Amino acid sequence: MAGSNPNAKPMNLTLKVWRQQNRNTQGNIVDYQVRDISPDMSFLEMLDVLNEDLLRKGDEPVAFDHDCREGICGSCNLFINGRAHGPEPGTTTCQLHMRKFSDGDTITIEPWRAEAFPVNKDLSVDRSAFDRIIQAGGYVSVNTGGVPDANEIPIPKSIADQAFDAATCIGCGACVAACKNASAMLFVSAKVSQLALLPQGQVERKTRVENMIAQMDKEGFGACTNIGSCAAECPVGISLENIAILNREFLAAKATSNNLA
Amino acid sequence: MILDAKIPDGPIAEKWDKHKFNVKLVNPANKRKYDVIVVGTGLAGASAAASLAELGYNVKAFTFHDSPRRAHSIAAQGGINAAKNYQNDGDSVYRLFYDTVKGGDYRAREANVYRLAQVSVNIIDQCVAQGVPFAREYGGLLANRSFGGAQVSRTFYARGQTGQQLLLGAYSALSRQVAYGKVKLYTRSEMLDVVIIDGQARGIITRNLITGEIQQHAAHAVVLATGGYGNVFYLSTNAKYCNVTAAWRAHKKGAFFANPCFTQIHPTCIPVSGDYQSKLTLMSESLRNDGRVWVPKTVEMAERLRAGQIHVNDIKEEDRDYFLERKYPAFGNLVPRDVASRNAKQMCDEGRGVGSSGLAVYLDFSEIIKRIGADGVSQKYGNLFAMYEKITDEDPYKQPMRIYPAVHYTMGGLWVDYNLQTTIPGLYATGECNFSDHGANRLGASALMQGLADGYFVIPYTIGDYLAKTKPVPVDAKHPAFAEAEAAVRERISKFLSINGTRTPDDFHKALGHIMWEYCGMARTAEGLQHAKKEIQKLRKEFWQDLKVVGVNDDLNQTLEKAGRVADFLELGELMVDDAYNRNESCGGHFREEYQDAKGEAKRDDENYAYVAAWEYMGDNQPERLNKEPLEFENVKLSTRSYE
Ligand SMILES: Cc1cc2nc3c(=O)[nH]c(=O)nc-3n(C[C@H](O)[C@H](O)[C@H](O)COP(=O)(O)OP(=O)(O)OC[C@H]3O[C@@H](n4cnc5c(N)ncnc54)[C@H](O)[C@@H]3O)c2cc1C
Ligand code: SF4
Ligand code: FES
Repeated sequence: MAGSNPNAKPMNLTLKVWRQQNRNTQGNIVDYQVRDISPDMSFLEMLDVLNEDLLRKGDEPVAFDHDCREGICGSCNLFINGRAHGPEPGTTTCQLHMRKFSDGDTITIEPWRAEAFPVNKDLSVDRSAFDRIIQAGGYVSVNTGGVPDANEIPIPKSIADQAFDAATCIGCGACVAACKNASAMLFVSAKVSQLALLPQGQVERKTRVENMIAQMDKEGFGACTNIGSCAAECPVGISLENIAILNREFLAAKATSNNLA
Repeated sequence: MILDAKIPDGPIAEKWDKHKFNVKLVNPANKRKYDVIVVGTGLAGASAAASLAELGYNVKAFTFHDSPRRAHSIAAQGGINAAKNYQNDGDSVYRLFYDTVKGGDYRAREANVYRLAQVSVNIIDQCVAQGVPFAREYGGLLANRSFGGAQVSRTFYARGQTGQQLLLGAYSALSRQVAYGKVKLYTRSEMLDVVIIDGQARGIITRNLITGEIQQHAAHAVVLATGGYGNVFYLSTNAKYCNVTAAWRAHKKGAFFANPCFTQIHPTCIPVSGDYQSKLTLMSESLRNDGRVWVPKTVEMAERLRAGQIHVNDIKEEDRDYFLERKYPAFGNLVPRDVASRNAKQMCDEGRGVGSSGLAVYLDFSEIIKRIGADGVSQKYGNLFAMYEKITDEDPYKQPMRIYPAVHYTMGGLWVDYNLQTTIPGLYATGECNFSDHGANRLGASALMQGLADGYFVIPYTIGDYLAKTKPVPVDAKHPAFAEAEAAVRERISKFLSINGTRTPDDFHKALGHIMWEYCGMARTAEGLQHAKKEIQKLRKEFWQDLKVVGVNDDLNQTLEKAGRVADFLELGELMVDDAYNRNESCGGHFREEYQDAKGEAKRDDENYAYVAAWEYMGDNQPERLNKEPLEFENVKLSTRSYE
């Protein structure tokens, strides 16, 4: 079956793929050839083709994380030709299409590299550090039931929109992978500013930022030196302004004495 | 077996309150003596796990994802319904109830639907309190839109990412309980069986997807919130990992499976572009508010289009057939999902489909672009247009989108009573995993509502009733039932690894999907279904003889994971076909070609089929037994849907 573009020519590519059996072993780059790749394929569909080939030959397919393939779940996480999520800005790996490459190209595919994201196998990494940062304070402490009516507290649309923008972080970790310090500041700041902006987040505003930052440090993420590669590679456009908000929040929390924890 | 739905008596509006009063309570000091397993941490599971932990139960939550935030719920776009009536446009609990029963083509249980509509209002309050950034008006209050043909604006939304924001809210509540130590979270852990002791669910067997370790987990009750099974069709709008394994394993242990053939096909998805296609992408329903659906009037013209001899923009107005507007002048492009889908298929079957495969129709925005300009359209649909262009490399501002129906949601699932308990005592099912409140067809924005209703507001009460009747002593984790279930799991895994055939799990999955789509998809016939049954049986046999899986168990092995899921789909597929064959009527998402009127509209048979078909597993390769739960409509009058 032909794709949507009848003139699209299939491509042959060389892939240089990171293979690593598990967390305790060393990995290395292995070369593969893939043939007849349609430009309409997504990057992950191209890897599916490789994996089916490998499997039929009796070799182990390349492990990689993915699920929604719509750019929203944050599972996919490939470092393609030296860039988190590949060459197209504002795009997750799963939404990257092969028409961005040319016949004969060599493509290097590696996992996220960060001390806090150990490799599970091949291209799959362990990002549970992000979950632990959220567990440290990325919530409003309300139980189910007994909350006020949803319209009781009006929130200016501009504030709600700004909070929404911060809340769209998909937790992919590209910001960490793109940062030479492997800092998680963009990820942490997105949650901190979402909740700092909203009235519901006020009560725990100070402890939240302190606890989340403490957890971030504990997980082994690097310090933020304001380079901005994180925001440049973030697939959903989380802005650097969130880091500025986080810094303000952190200073304000430190400056007061009534915060515990 | 007599199926007792345990519907409380009394007037519909009082049933739930009365029931909440009548259920037994667990003494607060005793709550910590009960362990509850929640499998699945999507909307339904995360909300249940958090709420149960807040009450004081010890919760163990499992997901095969690396984080709860990745569940398929994250992908829901359009919104969530609630009978808040903030818009003062005549909405009410009763209207939401009524619309849902009618929209489900009278195949849902009234009492459950009424409760769903009742608690819908609490969901929105809860989410806002968690910091979910719903869309707002300039005055600072919450915004609503009308969705999926509803006549009132009751849909709350967060741009095109409602599922994401709701799930992150539930995930935050869950994370808080993890921090408190009330929830123990097991990520990358796949449940492969339930453990039954003396007829009650008392635990599960899991596989750690990173290490391959097989684990036993005991608890006083088990909640399955493991999502839908749309991926039995291989191609669907569901995330790649969605599967039926948890529900199917429970089914084989005695939980009845209800209405498996009720699947929803969504009319507006991006069409398949090649054999390599791995999933289908939904283009939000809202596009039909402004887009016009058409195909060329003649087969000849469609052929020339497909061959690339003419361009779509060369086709003159008088040569276009706006078939929905022509056939349904009153509703036009806004007919319900099933009607829109079937009509698109019909056009393609006639040879008037477009795109190189001929399996697509146009969704044209030229008129609205003329009316409000490209900027105006971009403000409304910018993100969808951008996504469409990314995937297809075609600019929908300059030429119509190509769309085709795709499998989207499964109304069928594990049978549950009013308490959301399956036919196995102590085993509950919530969210898309149960056969739910949507009857034969789900309305837009109602799945998110149901998942959160079940998790935040229903299960915390109903499970207490069961636990209160269970002694607060630890479950016997040494019971032989655990070892037996574990041994069976191990044996199955060894089998997958030892067949050493030639065909990959994906290969079998695609073949199954093809059969399902062809014969158990948008239109079904008795003959086709019988044929499909044979084909599936044949394919299943081949699977167990010719499957190829490499690698070992004790390692991340994604092929092995797939093999297990495909094996279960191969069994479920046959049951879906049986169910569709049994149901000699057309209703909602189930369209049997034999049962239509002269105009091609669905013919429901309330006299003989106003029941829930709950299938009982009778052993490997044995026909399943059909149990019926009659549906009684005391509040809503049964009528024929008409959209002309
Ligand atoms: C593209 C798309 C858009 C949608 N848009 C809307 C919308 O706008 N409004 C609306 O109301 N509905 C919408 N829906 C439907 C809705 O998103 C789903 O029905 C709903 O989110 C299902 O939630 P859930 O919690 O039941 O399951 P899921 O979110 O699928 O979660 C399942 C969970 O179970 C876990 N799991 C499954 N099996 C196992 C196992 N064996 N072991 C361990 N863990 C397991 C998974 O890891 C996951 O955590 C949409 C669906 C799609 C596909
Ligand atoms: S901030 Fe951006 S890059 Fe970082 S995790 Fe969130 S979405 Fe990914
Ligand atoms: S697979 Fe979900 S974001 Fe890429």
